[in-house]
Amino acid sequence: MLVFIVKRVLNAAGVMLAVAALAFATFRFVGDPVEMMLNEQASLSQRQELRERLGLDRSLPAQYAAFVVNAAQGDFGISYRNQQDVFPLIVERFPATFELVIVATVLSLLIGLPLGVYTAIHRRSAFAQLLQWVSVLGVSLPSFAVGILFILVFSVSLGWLPAFGRGQVVQLGWWSTGFLTKSGLTALILPGITLSQCQITLVMRLVRAEMLEVMRTDFVRFARARGLPERAVRFRHALRNCLMPVITVTGLQVGNLIAFALVTETVFQWPGMGLLFVQAVSFVDIPVMAAYLMVVSAVFVAVNMLVDLTYGLVDPRLRQDAVTGGGHGK
Amino acid sequence: MASEAGALRRFAASPLGWSFLHTPSAMVGALLLALLVLGAAFAPLIAPQNPYDLSQIFIDKAELPPVWLPDGEWPFLLGTDPQGRDILSVILYGSRVSLMIGVASVLLAMLIGVSIGLAAGFLGGVVDNLLMRLADTVLSIPTLLVAILVSAVFRGLLPPGLRDSFAPLILVAAIGLTGWVQYARTVRASTMVERRKEYVLAARIIGVSRGRIMRRHVLPNAMTPVLVAATLNLGLAILSEATLSFLAVGMPVTQPSLGTLIRIGNQYLFSGSWWVVVFPAVQLGLIVLSVNLLGDWLRDALNPKLR
Repeated sequence: MLVFIVKRVLNAAGVMLAVAALAFATFRFVGDPVEMMLNEQASLSQRQELRERLGLDRSLPAQYAAFVVNAAQGDFGISYRNQQDVFPLIVERFPATFELVIVATVLSLLIGLPLGVYTAIHRRSAFAQLLQWVSVLGVSLPSFAVGILFILVFSVSLGWLPAFGRGQVVQLGWWSTGFLTKSGLTALILPGITLSQCQITLVMRLVRAEMLEVMRTDFVRFARARGLPERAVRFRHALRNCLMPVITVTGLQVGNLIAFALVTETVFQWPGMGLLFVQAVSFVDIPVMAAYLMVVSAVFVAVNMLVDLTYGLVDPRLRQDAVTGGGHGK
Repeated sequence: MASEAGALRRFAASPLGWSFLHTPSAMVGALLLALLVLGAAFAPLIAPQNPYDLSQIFIDKAELPPVWLPDGEWPFLLGTDPQGRDILSVILYGSRVSLMIGVASVLLAMLIGVSIGLAAGFLGGVVDNLLMRLADTVLSIPTLLVAILVSAVFRGLLPPGLRDSFAPLILVAAIGLTGWVQYARTVRASTMVERRKEYVLAARIIGVSRGRIMRRHVLPNAMTPVLVAATLNLGLAILSEATLSFLAVGMPVTQPSLGTLIRIGNQYLFSGSWWVVVFPAVQLGLIVLSVNLLGDWLRDALNPKLR
């Protein structure tokens, strides 16, 4: 077990080093950092000084090593655009993105689970067939287009819900939350639904597939044979057994949702990390881009690792495979 | 003509054809996709206006609503945008861009993925280990992020004047370079099964070269899941292109894809000109929907486990 944990952690560290290499390469080779940071009038000696301060006169491996060490301490340099430290800039935006992701995750479970159970139990009913069609629609419609349509209907035409921003937020230490005010909550509705759209479909399809599988197993048949009411069979026996994969996938998707939130944030001008990143991209503000890439990948990799470790703890058979990375079926 | 009818009859009689004719969603998807592709392919002939030709655009016809609304004007069926371009024409031309980039990036991803998968599965050992670790790493980072980054990096490297003309290539590279892992994994898995079979051994004994065995003997037997994945990924690739263009790291305004059109339309959301954004969005949704309907059917039809 210890070997498994060590291997898995090393693996995650390797991925993060690769991500850091990508971020470093972008920082180093897209444009000259010195030119980007100084204005045109800067003298040659100023340039030389900055070059030395950034360590650009050293060898590439040494620069990369310095980059990794600094990044691990949360030092991603200074934003080209507004000359601020990058990391606090991202940390400040983190709560907005995270709350959006939480809302989307909760919504996807609240809506996706019951729908998935329904379509699995009443497979042949007209409503279930309709839902299968709608679910294809759910993965086909681009989330930004759906967001725009929501704004058009609920904000522009009906005027019910705000079209942009977080509303009023309450500061709890360094964390700013929109959960505690009415305007904060109403502002969460449209972006939350937009972000959860794909996720709802995913949960629904997954629950349906898992339920169909479990309903065929012997212990469900045996539960029926014991004369248990159908309700109990479905919910106490069948559903419980599909919850594990659903929870896993939902957990794994958190990382993806954080990354994907940048699209929703752009549509709704939501002041999260994603919007910061998109703006950084349009200004070629490389330190912010690099830092965002590192932070989101770190969350992503950490979540994946935790899920793998938990699984390894629960199911010893996985300890071999998960690390050798074969991905041989399930 | 006669042979075409014969081919059609043969298709209808094959298991795949039978399943196609008994799956309404597949037929709807195919019909819809055929219509949309034809519309895009023949855009110069069908479109009422060439949106790239400034002499055909009249600024006094700007922001007209669709014809069925009070201020609508013929021949601007779906209205015009604030530059006076006919929405229907822009959509037809935009679908062309979206579809071409989508197909090209799937082909690139397939080419990379299949080569890597074949090499990993056939050569095994260190090569396999290295390539699959690379695949794991790519999977460990959200694809959308990498695609945006690749696109931003290429754009940053090019001088501003060239960015627009290279935009399609950049997009294909960004989407293709992030989407190959799935192909690599399926091809690797089937290659590992195939390479132990007698026909490969036989080919080896008579002295066929490794490269030729991989390409001509093993590959054809590993292609079915690849094609299914490619169909399903085409929808995703078109969505990725649209997303990148929507985020302004994709196609430029001068050569708009559907994503670019939605980004432009988004700016007029609050001015009441809803048609500028709604119709491109609907078209994009229809394209991806029809591809996905076909892909879903193909996956179910070719996967005997699900039958």
